[in-house]
Amino acid sequence: MDISQIGSILIITLHAMVPICLTAVGEIIGETAGLFNIGLEGILLTSAFTGVLGAKAGGAVVGLLVGMGTGAIISLIFSVINTYWKGNQMITGIGINLFALGFVAFGLIVLGSPGFHPVPPEGRLVAIRTPWGRLSPIIFVTLIVPFVAHWFLNRTRAGLILKATGESPEAADVAGIRVNLVRLLATTFGGILAGLAGAYISVSWIGSVTKQISAGRGFISLATVVFSGLNPLLALLGAFVFGLFESIAIWIRNLPAARMIPWQFVAMIPYVVTLLVVSGAIGRVRFPKSLGKPYIRE
Amino acid sequence: MRENQGTSESRLLRGVHRTLTGLHPALESLLAALVGMAVGAILMRIWGYNPWKAYAALFRGAYGSAFGRASSLARGVPLVFTAMTFAICMRAGMFNIGAEGQVFLGAAAAITVAFFHLPPGLHLIVGLVFAMIAGAAWSIGPALLKVTRGVHEVISTIMFNWIARFLVFFLVVNVLVDPRRAEKTLSIPVSARFPVLVSRTDLSYSIFLAIAFALVIYFVLWHTVVGYEIRAAGLNPTAARYGGINSKRTILLSFILGGIGAGLAGASIVMGQPPTYAMFSGLPMITNTGFDGMAVAMVGRNHPIGILVAAVFFGGLTAGGRTMQIFASTPLEVVRVVTGVIVITMAIPELLRIFPRIKGELVKILALIRKLHQKRASQSEESP
Repeated sequence: MDISQIGSILIITLHAMVPICLTAVGEIIGETAGLFNIGLEGILLTSAFTGVLGAKAGGAVVGLLVGMGTGAIISLIFSVINTYWKGNQMITGIGINLFALGFVAFGLIVLGSPGFHPVPPEGRLVAIRTPWGRLSPIIFVTLIVPFVAHWFLNRTRAGLILKATGESPEAADVAGIRVNLVRLLATTFGGILAGLAGAYISVSWIGSVTKQISAGRGFISLATVVFSGLNPLLALLGAFVFGLFESIAIWIRNLPAARMIPWQFVAMIPYVVTLLVVSGAIGRVRFPKSLGKPYIRE
Repeated sequence: MRENQGTSESRLLRGVHRTLTGLHPALESLLAALVGMAVGAILMRIWGYNPWKAYAALFRGAYGSAFGRASSLARGVPLVFTAMTFAICMRAGMFNIGAEGQVFLGAAAAITVAFFHLPPGLHLIVGLVFAMIAGAAWSIGPALLKVTRGVHEVISTIMFNWIARFLVFFLVVNVLVDPRRAEKTLSIPVSARFPVLVSRTDLSYSIFLAIAFALVIYFVLWHTVVGYEIRAAGLNPTAARYGGINSKRTILLSFILGGIGAGLAGASIVMGQPPTYAMFSGLPMITNTGFDGMAVAMVGRNHPIGILVAAVFFGGLTAGGRTMQIFASTPLEVVRVVTGVIVITMAIPELLRIFPRIKGELVKILALIRKLHQKRASQSEESP
């Protein structure tokens, strides 16, 4: 293996890392405040689609913004149901995932191409040229976001308020914190990051949208959150590891020596790795006490 | 005091009240269905389809003819099984979304009966047993990960779904493939098929297996010790543990029971749905059976009887979705949007109480707007 091969594996790894890292950091913010959003997969899928609509209408930046807006709207609905209306977070998340499957499949038909829709070249985000391939600028955003989130959670007053609402909503309520509002804002912020991640997949990375473009990345992000124990810096590391395995899977598929291995087994690699990582990580991780439970004032 | 006197009038009132509270869950399910269809209609309108025409075609197709009713029931059959998978684990306090992958493996296992000959009847039973074993085996993985490593079942079951999908993709094109037609697997031989119940439709005797399975699960959950333990663990895990219930055993049991159901769902599709009795590459007939089952379970309130009713509704949506696609040229994917919104709506507890509250808020907002208008009007009268 020579240097250019390593370079191209690294570039694919970085690209595959972005959506998982952004989604996981957003979910860390939300889970710190006490909401568990398993609808991330649906947010990624929907915003990948709406991002393409935005990119076609007004260019790549508009596409990314539309994706973020989509994430915000969906997670706003999620968080209103699960804060003020005391809903069931798991069921809401499952519903969002089902909705996304139908919405995107329907939308692709409306666009006149069931199953697959390309982003026009003028709608793709401009990439940075390197000797081994093109590099999306979102990668640099992704490398900064976990550090900002880490600083925010551990060094600011707002971060402490977030932790209080997740750890002990009763105490936070007594201290004058509006628990439901904090949770709503945190989850919506998480949704915006997931929306950016979704739009990135279609507008910047792959350059097209399909019915299953999210391919379980929302759930892999949830696994990354578990692995990280709500530490954004570890989430960056986890996302890098998942990205590495995704790019190794792509690399193996193109190896002449690996023609013997059916592609289906290579395609399983990211999911098997996720299971291994998650089952190895649990035990040392501690989550907020009120995670997943609605706050009901007595 | 007055209630103890038991005048006929108050007894009547109490009776009415009890009936209404008994109907409460059913009303909520109905309301969720309406909300889902309303959102679906809005989306159709935005994207230039006629929702009235679409829904009319859908319901006429689903329930308007003998053929439609039979095919609605046929679509509902696999959903009963996968809904039970979700419902059993919900009763035990877990979110098992692994039915999807277990259905794939159940269907693949059922196809293997095409490799050997057996007398009719026995052949069918062997196929069902294979499917049950495959479904249960695929459910043990997430259950063990939860019991031994504490891995959340939502993450593990989704990963198992993806792995199952690729595994069955591989099996379909390499192991079970029909040597004469590369795009499909071998067909289930006649001796292992469910006989057709209504001729010239795809409704087969598999519907009786679905009803029987729902009744068996009802019996297990409400009339056996195991079922009592499962429900107790779901209602209050701490109390159940103090009561001496082995939570690891309830987790394993409810996952395995659910896996058996999902395996049967796969078998009921390949062994009980004319005309092909086979799987195709890409799994078009089987994909989403597990996910739709979750919606059926929620609308059916995780109760076997409710699930049977909800399966007729969702089976109708799927069957009617096809007629809608043909006669109102509206993509049947709308049905999945409706399903998703129904599930989201079902996540809200005491749905019927929230609607008056929203109405109250709206009235307040309207009053505020009117006040602002009046203020502006009076200001504009003063200023000139």
